[in-house]
Amino acid sequence: MSPFLTETLSKFQQMGTALAAFFGVLLIVFYLGSKTSGRIQTPTARLVMLGPAVVLLTAGLVVPAVLTTISSFKDANNKKFVGLANFNWVFTNPDNLVTLRNTVLWVIITPLVSTGLGLLLAVLIDRMKHESIPKSLIFMPMAISFVGASIIWGLVYEYSEPGGEQVGLLSQLAALFHVADPPNWILIPFWNNFLLMVIFIWIQVGFAMVVLSAAIKAIPVDVVEAAMLDGATGGRLFRSVTVPMIRGTLVVVLTTIMIGVLKVFDIVRTMTNGNFGTQVLANEMYAQSFVQFDAGRGSALAVVLFLGVIPVVIYNIIQLRRDHAR
Amino acid sequence: MSLKTRGRSSVLIAGGVAAAFALAACGSSSGGGGTASTSPSTSASVSAECQPYAAYGTFAAGTTVSVFTSILPPEQQKFEASWAQFAKCTGITVKYEGSDQFEAQLPTRIAGGNAPDIAFIPQPGLLAKLAQGQNPPVAAPATVTANVDKYWNPAWKNYGSVDGTFYAAPLGSNMKSFVWYSPSVFKAKGYTVPTTWEELTALSAKMVKDGVKPWCGGIESGGATGWPATDWLEQIVLRTQGGDVYDQWVNHTVKFNSPQIKSSMDLLAAWMKNPLFVNGGHGDVKTIATTAFQDAGKPILDGKCGMLQQASFYAAQWDTFKKGAKIAEDGDVYAFYLPGIKADIPTPIVGGGEFVAAFSDKPEVQAFQTYLASGEFATEKVKQGGWVSANSGVPLDAYTDNISKLSAQYLTKSDATFRFDASDLMPAAVGAGEEWKQLTAWFGEGKPTDEVLNAIDAAWPAS
Amino acid sequence: MSATTISDEKVAAPESVSSAVHRNLSSPWASFAVIVITILWTIPTLGLFVTSLRPSDKANQNGWWNAFIDHTFTASNYSEVLTGGAVIPQGIANFFINSLVITIPAVLIPLAIATMAAYALAWIPFRGATFLFVTCFALQVVPLQMALLPLLQLFNKGWKVNGVSIIPPIGGHGTYYQLWIAHAMFALPLAIFLIHNFMSQIPKDLMEAAVMDGAGHFRIFRTIVLPLAVPAIASFAIFQFLWVWNDLLVALTFAGGNDQVAPMTVYLSNIKGTYGSALHLVTAGAFVSILMPLIVFFALQRFFVRGLLAGSVKG
Repeated sequence: MSPFLTETLSKFQQMGTALAAFFGVLLIVFYLGSKTSGRIQTPTARLVMLGPAVVLLTAGLVVPAVLTTISSFKDANNKKFVGLANFNWVFTNPDNLVTLRNTVLWVIITPLVSTGLGLLLAVLIDRMKHESIPKSLIFMPMAISFVGASIIWGLVYEYSEPGGEQVGLLSQLAALFHVADPPNWILIPFWNNFLLMVIFIWIQVGFAMVVLSAAIKAIPVDVVEAAMLDGATGGRLFRSVTVPMIRGTLVVVLTTIMIGVLKVFDIVRTMTNGNFGTQVLANEMYAQSFVQFDAGRGSALAVVLFLGVIPVVIYNIIQLRRDHAR
Repeated sequence: MSLKTRGRSSVLIAGGVAAAFALAACGSSSGGGGTASTSPSTSASVSAECQPYAAYGTFAAGTTVSVFTSILPPEQQKFEASWAQFAKCTGITVKYEGSDQFEAQLPTRIAGGNAPDIAFIPQPGLLAKLAQGQNPPVAAPATVTANVDKYWNPAWKNYGSVDGTFYAAPLGSNMKSFVWYSPSVFKAKGYTVPTTWEELTALSAKMVKDGVKPWCGGIESGGATGWPATDWLEQIVLRTQGGDVYDQWVNHTVKFNSPQIKSSMDLLAAWMKNPLFVNGGHGDVKTIATTAFQDAGKPILDGKCGMLQQASFYAAQWDTFKKGAKIAEDGDVYAFYLPGIKADIPTPIVGGGEFVAAFSDKPEVQAFQTYLASGEFATEKVKQGGWVSANSGVPLDAYTDNISKLSAQYLTKSDATFRFDASDLMPAAVGAGEEWKQLTAWFGEGKPTDEVLNAIDAAWPAS
Repeated sequence: MSATTISDEKVAAPESVSSAVHRNLSSPWASFAVIVITILWTIPTLGLFVTSLRPSDKANQNGWWNAFIDHTFTASNYSEVLTGGAVIPQGIANFFINSLVITIPAVLIPLAIATMAAYALAWIPFRGATFLFVTCFALQVVPLQMALLPLLQLFNKGWKVNGVSIIPPIGGHGTYYQLWIAHAMFALPLAIFLIHNFMSQIPKDLMEAAVMDGAGHFRIFRTIVLPLAVPAIASFAIFQFLWVWNDLLVALTFAGGNDQVAPMTVYLSNIKGTYGSALHLVTAGAFVSILMPLIVFFALQRFFVRGLLAGSVKG
C-alpha cells in the first residue's frame, strides 16, 4: 500500500505545484497590472486578460482548423492537392447522402426535444417539494461517460431470439405484451436513427433542465406578480411571462446542444458504428481520419461540419447585436 | 551486438526458463521486470540464470523500452511475465501500454512525434502504410532478421516486409480456420466431427433435420463491426480459389466483383446467410449483423446452435458463458479444423498475428526486438497459456492448453496452404472500412451481392 | 456598495417566485408527470447498477431484471474492480487518483483564463471585440479529433517555419502537463461563450459607477465582476468537470494509457479485455466512475439557484 501512497502524494504534489505556479503568476500580474496608471492600464488589462485565451485558442483550435481546411483539398496521404475531389465525394457518394440526411435530423430534432423536455421539467419540478431528488436523477445521465451510456442502452435495445430469454429491456416489454414478432430494434430502417437520438436526449435533458431551471428561478418576482395581478395563471403565465423572460437562456441552451450534436460520434460509434443507415457526419469523419486513414476525406467532412454551424453563429450574432442595441 | 553465443544459450535455456517461472510464481502483479527474486540464490546461480541473456548485453539502470499494443490485461500480465527474466538480466525496464484504440492512436502518436519504441501491429496493411509514410519504422536489425530466418516460415517474414525491406518480426499467431462446437452435444446426438466440406454440409443438413440451426455467428464489434464476416469470406476464397487468387485479391488484381470473389460470396450466402442454417439461438439471418461476435457462440453450450466459425482466440470467451467451461475434445466445447473444399488446395488455413515494429534504433530496443523474435521468448510466452506462435522454436509440448496446441499444429504444418487474414493486408480504406461496412449491410440489410462488391471495389484507393 | 444589493436581490428572488408559482400553479398532475419522467430516466441506469451486482455468467445469460427473480447478487465485481482480480489484475485506485489529478487543474485553469477573457470581451471595449467573440464562439465546432494531431506535433516537435524554430517543443509527454494544457484549450470556446453571456448582463451603471470611483479594470474584475460571476463559474465548472472526467480520447493522445497517468476511462475501456466483453466488470467500473461527478454535482448544486446564465434574463 505504501508505494501507492507515495505515488499518490507525488501526483498531488505535481498538481499543487502546477496550480500554485499558474495562479501565482496570475496574482503577480494582477498586482503589477493594478499598479499601472490609468492610461496604460486598459491596454495592459486587455493584454493580460485576453492574451492567454488568444494564445491557447490559436494554438489549440485555430491552427488545427486551418490545417484541416488545407488538407481537405489534399489526397488521402495529405500530399497532393486534389481540388474539390473530397467535397465532391462528400456530396455525391450515396452513403454520404444518408449521412447528411441523418445529421440534419439529429441537428434539428435533438436540440428541440432536449430543450423542450428540459424546459417542461424545469417548470414542473419548480413546483415540487423535494426538488433536488428528481433533478439529481434526471441529471445523472450527464455524469455517465459515453462508454457507460452505450452499455446501458445496449441493455435496452438488445435483440434475442423471440421466445427465449431476453436480455434487452425493450424486447422483454414486447414479450410481456405478447408482441408476436418483435423487431430487431437497431435494424429498423430510418427509425433506428431515432433510437440513437433517444440516448443523446436522455443525456442532454439534464443539462437543459438544470440551466433553464436556474433561469426560471431568476425571473424577478415583481414581473411574475404583475402578470398574476393581470389574471395570468398556469399556461398563460408560462407562455407570456416565463418563456419570454428566459428567451436568452433558451437560445443559449439550444445553441450549445446543437453544436454538441454536430460533434456527436461516440453514441453512433458504439451503438451501430454508423451501419444500418445511421451514420452521422462526425462519426464518418472519425472513421475516415482514424480507421481508414484518409486525411483528405476526413478533413473535408470536418470542414462541412464547420460550415454547418455558420447559420447558428449568424443567428447568435444577430442576437448579440440586438442585445447591444437595447 | 553479436549473437554468436546463441548456440550455447539455447542449450542453457531450460535453466533460464525454470528460473523465470520461479519469478513469475512470485507474482509481482504490477509487471515491469527487474524485481529481485526472492529465491535464496547465490550470486553464482543468478549469473547462471542470466547466462542465456548474456548475448543481449546489460544496460544501465533506468533504461526503458516502451511497448504499445492492442493487447489488454490479463494478456498484458502474461507478456510481462514472459520477459521478466530478460528484463532482470539485461537491466531493461519494459513499459507496456495496451489500448483498444491502438489502430487510431498509433499513427497519431507517430505523426505527433511521440512514437513508442516498439509497437505490436496486428495488420500488415497498417505496417505498410506506416512504412510508406513519414517517420517510418526502423528496418529490422541483422540480429532480428537472423532469428526470423531461423525460426519462421518465409511467408511470415514476407508479411513483416514492405517493398522489399524487412521491418517487423512476427510475434503471436491466430488460427482462424476453426469451427467451435460442443463435444458433449455431438456425442449425445451422435454427430461426428467432419473432415471434408461434404461431411460438413451433410452434418449441417442433419442438424436442420434434428430441428437445430447448425450455425451461429455475430459480426458486431463496436467500431470494427463486420470483421468476422471478412474472415468468413476469406475462408471461402482460399478454399475455392486457392492461394494465388487469394494473393491477387489482396493486391486488387482480382477485384471484388470478379467472378471468383462473386462465386465465393454465393457460397458464403448458401452457408452463413442460409435461413435454414442460421442464426442458431439468436434469431434470423439479419441478427448476425447485430450480435456481438463475443456473444455469437453462447447458444452452442445450450444446444441451440451447432457450430461457430471463429478463430482460436475465441477460447477466452467460453468462461464468461459458463464458469469453468472445459475446452477439450471430451469437454463442453472444442474446435475442429474447417475442412478444405478442393483436393488441389491442401489444408487451407487463414491466420492472423502481430508484428513487432520498432520506431527507435537504440541498442536496448534492438536487444528487446531480437529477444522477442527468438524461440526462447516464444516458448516462455507460450507457457503462460492462451497464446500461439508460429515460431518453430517452440516445442509442441510447451503448450499448456488444447486449443493453442491444436492451433500450433496447424500453423506449423509444412504442407498447408497458409494465408494471412486478407482484410488485414488490404489498405485500411477497404480492409478496415468499406469491406466491413458493406458486408455488414449484406447481412443486416440484405444489400444485394453485386452492389456490395462494386461498392468495395469503388473504395479501393487510387494509388 | 451597490454590488451587494444587486446580488441580494437575486438571491431573494427565487424563493418568492417559487412560492408564488406554488400558490398558483400547483397541480397533482405536474408532480405525477415529473415522477413518471424521472422513473423513465432512471430505469436504464438502474439496469447498469443491477447488472454490476450480478455474477458474470448470469449477467451474460439474461436481462438484469431477472436478478429480482433469482436473487443472485454479488459484490465480487466491485471487489475485483477496486482491488484487482482474475480478469484484470490491477485495481481502479491508481486510475481514480489520476482522474482527479487530471481533472482538477483541467477545470480550474481554463475557468480562470475564460473568466478573464470573457470580462475583457464584455467590458473592455475595443475594435474587433465582437469579431473575437464570434470567432471564439465558432471555434466550438472545431472537432476535437482534428485538433489532436496538430497539437501533439506542437507539443513534441514545436513549430518550425522553413526549418527555423518558432516555438520550441514543450515535451513532457506521458505526464499530466500536456493533458492539462490540451483540456484548457478545448474548454475555452464554450467557457468564454457562457461566462461572457453572464457577464455582459451585469448592469452597465454598476460598472460605470466603479469607473467613476477611479477603479481600473484589474480592480473592477477582482472586486465586482468576479464575485458576481461565481455562480456562472461554478456551474460551468460542473460541466467541465463532467467532460474531462469522462474523456478518453484526449487522455489517450496526450498522456497515454500508462497507469501512472491514465484516467479511469482508460481503465474502463481496458477491463473488457482483448477479445472479451466483461459486462459485469465494465458495469461495476462505470458505476464507480459516476460517483465522483455526482458528488461534485451535489456540492455545487446550490449555485444553480442563481446558476449559469441566470443573468441572461432581462430585468
